[in-house]
Amino acid sequence: MSELVVTGLRAGVEGKEILRGVDLTVSSGQVHAVMGPNGSGKSTLAHVIMGGPGYEVYGGSVTLDGVELLEMPTWQRAQAGLFLAMQYPTEVPGVSLDDAMAAALAPQGRAPAEVAGLVAAEAVRVGVSPALLARPLNVDLSGGEKKRNETLQLAVLAPKIAVLDEIDSGLDVDALKAVSQRVELITNEVGLGVLVITHYSRLLRELRPDVVSVLRKGRIVASGGPELAEELESTGYAGYDEGSPAA
Amino acid sequence: MAGRPAPAARATKDLFLTTFTPDAAATLGGPDWFRARRLAAAERFSAGSLPDATEEIWRYSRISELDLDAYRPALGAPDEAAPPGSLTEVTGERAALVVVHNGRPTRIEVDPALAAKGLVVADAGDLPDGDDMLGLTPVADAFTELNTAFLPGATVVRIPRGMVVEQPIVIVHHLDGDGIASFARTVVVAGENSDATVIEHQSSSDVVAFSDPVVELDVGDAARLRYLNVQDLGPRVFQVGYQSSRVGRDATLQSSVVALGGDYARVRTDSRIDGKGGTSYLTAVYFADGSRMHDFRTIQDHIAPKTTSDLLFKGAVSDTARSVYSGLIRIGKEARGTNAFQTNRNLVLSEGAGAESVPNLEIETNDVICSHASAVGPIDDEQRYYLESRGIPPEVAERLIVLGFFGEVLDRLPASDAVTGLRAALVRRLAERASGAGPA
Ligand SMILES: Nc1ncnc2c1ncn2[C@@H]1O[C@H](COP(=O)(O)OP(=O)(O)OP(=O)(O)O)[C@@H](O)[C@H]1O
Ligand SMILES: [Mg+2]
Repeated sequence: MSELVVTGLRAGVEGKEILRGVDLTVSSGQVHAVMGPNGSGKSTLAHVIMGGPGYEVYGGSVTLDGVELLEMPTWQRAQAGLFLAMQYPTEVPGVSLDDAMAAALAPQGRAPAEVAGLVAAEAVRVGVSPALLARPLNVDLSGGEKKRNETLQLAVLAPKIAVLDEIDSGLDVDALKAVSQRVELITNEVGLGVLVITHYSRLLRELRPDVVSVLRKGRIVASGGPELAEELESTGYAGYDEGSPAA
Repeated sequence: MAGRPAPAARATKDLFLTTFTPDAAATLGGPDWFRARRLAAAERFSAGSLPDATEEIWRYSRISELDLDAYRPALGAPDEAAPPGSLTEVTGERAALVVVHNGRPTRIEVDPALAAKGLVVADAGDLPDGDDMLGLTPVADAFTELNTAFLPGATVVRIPRGMVVEQPIVIVHHLDGDGIASFARTVVVAGENSDATVIEHQSSSDVVAFSDPVVELDVGDAARLRYLNVQDLGPRVFQVGYQSSRVGRDATLQSSVVALGGDYARVRTDSRIDGKGGTSYLTAVYFADGSRMHDFRTIQDHIAPKTTSDLLFKGAVSDTARSVYSGLIRIGKEARGTNAFQTNRNLVLSEGAGAESVPNLEIETNDVICSHASAVGPIDDEQRYYLESRGIPPEVAERLIVLGFFGEVLDRLPASDAVTGLRAALVRRLAERASGAGPA
């Protein structure tokens, strides 16, 4: 049983506070959805949890199973069991998916050949063409291919907690199914905890969140069950002003 | 620049050079033509001057540190140890092998079947027309003169008209005399419509040495020549190298350099495309760590119409190492319909390291497509973060990114066992760097 706990997190960029005290929890087997208007700080939250470059932490804490992540370098957070599927996966010229996955699992003593086998098997499951495996990471991939690729890596790396930042954006119906079903299966089978950031209830119908939180101007302004997502989609965020009480 | 004092070039006669004199050159043996050629070059060298960093093509160089008198010419005395036998193990399958020891070809093997069909791999001194083989491509600065003046021999590769040589012709250089100056010459004459690959590998023991290698590539009409030079010299070798090529009508040259070693290692590459429709691809990968410096000067010289050149030089510097790339595309009046491209990219891996990149164009005709690009910068934070977010330790992430950066060039090198070893060598060097075990 794992638990990611974000408490009173304040963070930003170049002295500008973007997250103004965020509290949330994700545990194994649970799906916690974060929704919110553009610019509300969702990706900032994801990157601050992962330790992205350029982000400054002004206060609060992020723990995984009681261990403070904010003091760890990014790669150790990942080794501790955290994964981030990025909204805009970075192109890494000349570095193949196979090599990256082999390097990511080497610290756990996994052999490159074993990892390559895993990657190939996952590629079939999430519908990534084998030709893409030897290609440089994310270079010249379509938006949908990038998101499938992130899902593939999630499955190969088998983290305890995954943050999925708009993994559904730009996906066609088939891709959305492939991606969400794969995530759903990992959640059920191995108890992955998921913090899913999205604008659309389409994904949430597949992933069936336990909790939906609304982030607005760097604060969680409301929290509820799955019905909140449907409601947001029809009414928008207008009713959720800064400072309204979180349910 | 009126009023600026003339650059204080160092006249060689004012340097009181005691070792590199015409008299010293005269002590080298060989056929009369060779002795005469050396002597003439020694005299030109003595009458001329050594360059200094005020000349554009020597800007940023470490030429002012060179004290020639600190070295003695390698005369190939028989008591000098033979190069390690393991050197030839890196070469794998080959059509011919030449071992060049301190500048002198000491062992030459040629596939007898190819030799019977006219493939020549020999020391110029042993060829009746050896004299005609040297100076085929215009090479003329103080260091090419010095090279000619003190050549103990010269490796000549002559591919006859129409011959396709499947396996690479491998030339392995080794330098091991402490305090020596080594003068090696490689001449490749690719006959009309021939096809061949020549790979040179330069290594040294950890000695203090000066290396002044000259390479001449003459690519005949419609010929295809692939040339690769791997420089893995020891950390106390000062190299001033010159590679000159001439590309004939409809011919294609693919010339590559991989530089890993040396203290200061300079290579000037001139590629002159003087046949209509000729193409010259020039690529390089250089990785400088410790306190070494890599220095590249290139000239893409378009003489004839419808010629193409495409240059891609990629380098990385680490620790307190430095690199310089300075390149010129020159398109002459007759070179209508020419395409010329030049790209130089550099990764700066440590705060104490630095890279210079200076592209130049000189175009005398209108009907051309020409571009150049250059970049110097650190590893992209976002790329590193992406890999680290997968759980990859930072030093491994950096190694993957650097290898990926070089991959574009490495993938284009001629396939051979020597090239296979290169990636491994780069990985090793990058790993040493990350663990702090690299040279200080
Ligand atoms: N690196 C940065 N430099 C400057 N401002 C930034 C940076 N990253 C985010 N911001 C700003 O912080 C705010 C929150 O951005 P963030 O990307 O977290 O929003 P988001 O909720 O993910 O939006 P979207 O739904 O569009 O993805 C925005 O105003 C954005 O412009
Ligand atoms: Mg976002």
